[in-house]
Amino acid sequence: MSTERKRDEIVRYEPATRINHWIVAISFVLLALSGLALFHPALFWLTNLFGGGPWTRILHPFIGLVMVIAFVFLGAKLWHENVMQPRDWQWLRQIKDVVNNREDALPEVGKYNAGQKLLFYAIVLCLIGLLLSGIVIWRAYFAVYFSVEVIRFASLLHAFCAFVLICAIIVHIYAAIWVKGSVKAMTRGTVSYGWAWKHHRLWFREATRAQRK
Amino acid sequence: MALQSLDIIRRSATTLPEPQARGAHAGQVAKLIDVSKCIGCKACQVACMEWNDLRDEIGTCTGHYDNPHDLSDQSWTLMRFAEYENPKGDLEWLIRKDGCMHCADPGCLKACPSPGAIVQYANGIVDFHEENCIGCGYCVTGCPFNVPRISKKDHKAYKCTLCSDRVSVGLEPACVKTCPTGAITFGSKEDMQQHAAERIEDLKSRGFDQAGLYDPAGVGGTHVMYVLQHADQPQLYSGLPENPKISAMVGLWKGISKPLGLLAIIATAAAGFFHYIGIGPNETDEQDEEAARRELEKTP
Repeated sequence: MSTERKRDEIVRYEPATRINHWIVAISFVLLALSGLALFHPALFWLTNLFGGGPWTRILHPFIGLVMVIAFVFLGAKLWHENVMQPRDWQWLRQIKDVVNNREDALPEVGKYNAGQKLLFYAIVLCLIGLLLSGIVIWRAYFAVYFSVEVIRFASLLHAFCAFVLICAIIVHIYAAIWVKGSVKAMTRGTVSYGWAWKHHRLWFREATRAQRK
Repeated sequence: MALQSLDIIRRSATTLPEPQARGAHAGQVAKLIDVSKCIGCKACQVACMEWNDLRDEIGTCTGHYDNPHDLSDQSWTLMRFAEYENPKGDLEWLIRKDGCMHCADPGCLKACPSPGAIVQYANGIVDFHEENCIGCGYCVTGCPFNVPRISKKDHKAYKCTLCSDRVSVGLEPACVKTCPTGAITFGSKEDMQQHAAERIEDLKSRGFDQAGLYDPAGVGGTHVMYVLQHADQPQLYSGLPENPKISAMVGLWKGISKPLGLLAIIATAAAGFFHYIGIGPNETDEQDEEAARRELEKTP
């Protein structure tokens, strides 16, 4: 394989991480569609995508387990890059500069910016909430072990976490569309030097230093 | 059990009203269970099994007369035997025929996510249409009386139908027909309330000062009502809830959170879309590539 590239590129995600991410992403989409189908009558037609109401009810929790297990690996790989630093709080204070594309005014960013880090924590918390409440309301296997009050609370918690997660993922997907060049990082694994320099300068220095060694 | 000869006025997971033209102008129906007249013979359980072709497993004795020991997909009604020692020191045997209460405001119907799996007829009967049931068990979560049961065989929800198939052709429910003491009666809700009032008067004259009708307002009233000797303490009757209503958590889950949740999703997506239209993408251009290369050349 040729090691020469047309443009200077940095590897942002190894193949294993990319595959891991897309297993989580695909299961998330299936879960959101099947979950919304059972949440709001106006969206019940989405059960047709899964072979009808009973199949949607059967599949949803199993897909949920796939997502949680896949995310455990992804989270284990990425968490240390997502620890909040003092510069991240400054970044958040300048959120107006962020949304207005005035990136030069912002503090330099490592592999992840504060928004991405908060998203990471939102996902972790939501997944814990969804997993625990999901087990409680899994009628076929586990609901029998819990009192009806606990099941009622879990139903509400499951819906709440699901909405927070869906909104968070919409922001995540939009950010990938908004910041051009991001999608390629997760599909092909690489970003251009310019992209890394502009959006994640501290990481750019770190990664290029490592590459030259 | 599907029964189209009765008019459906409410359907689960349906956002628009059902056809309203045909009402129950002769009055809604009700079953009245007079606990003070019940002798615990379980004929109603047998009649229910016979009419609905249900056969529960032979259970084991758990030390009391309840048999089977709980409602199930095969046992839609059940005599619950409670031994109560009254303040005078006498033993009272309070035998309550448990089963669906057919609430005017049914928690099961509110919680059900599958369109038409739970319906309410104009005459007040709440019925499960198992062909639409997806087996999620939300009806169990929503019910204030712990009535619906999910079958382990087909994962469908079952409960008393108030013999909607019999009622629709002018017959009384099977349990009513068979009751040898007249403890279970059936008719229009108004007639049953009147009948209950007479029974309560009689009970009061016999020293049951707190006798009364159990028709809880928290669920809009029920189409199965009890005459209780101790209406001030319904929990004596094997835990009959004192003030049943749809749990606030179920109300929140199946009420305001539905539109709010969808609104949040739509608002988030719209915010993204309009940000893209208004402010636009954040792109990396040749200048950035150039700057990156310059910085690399500077660093040793």
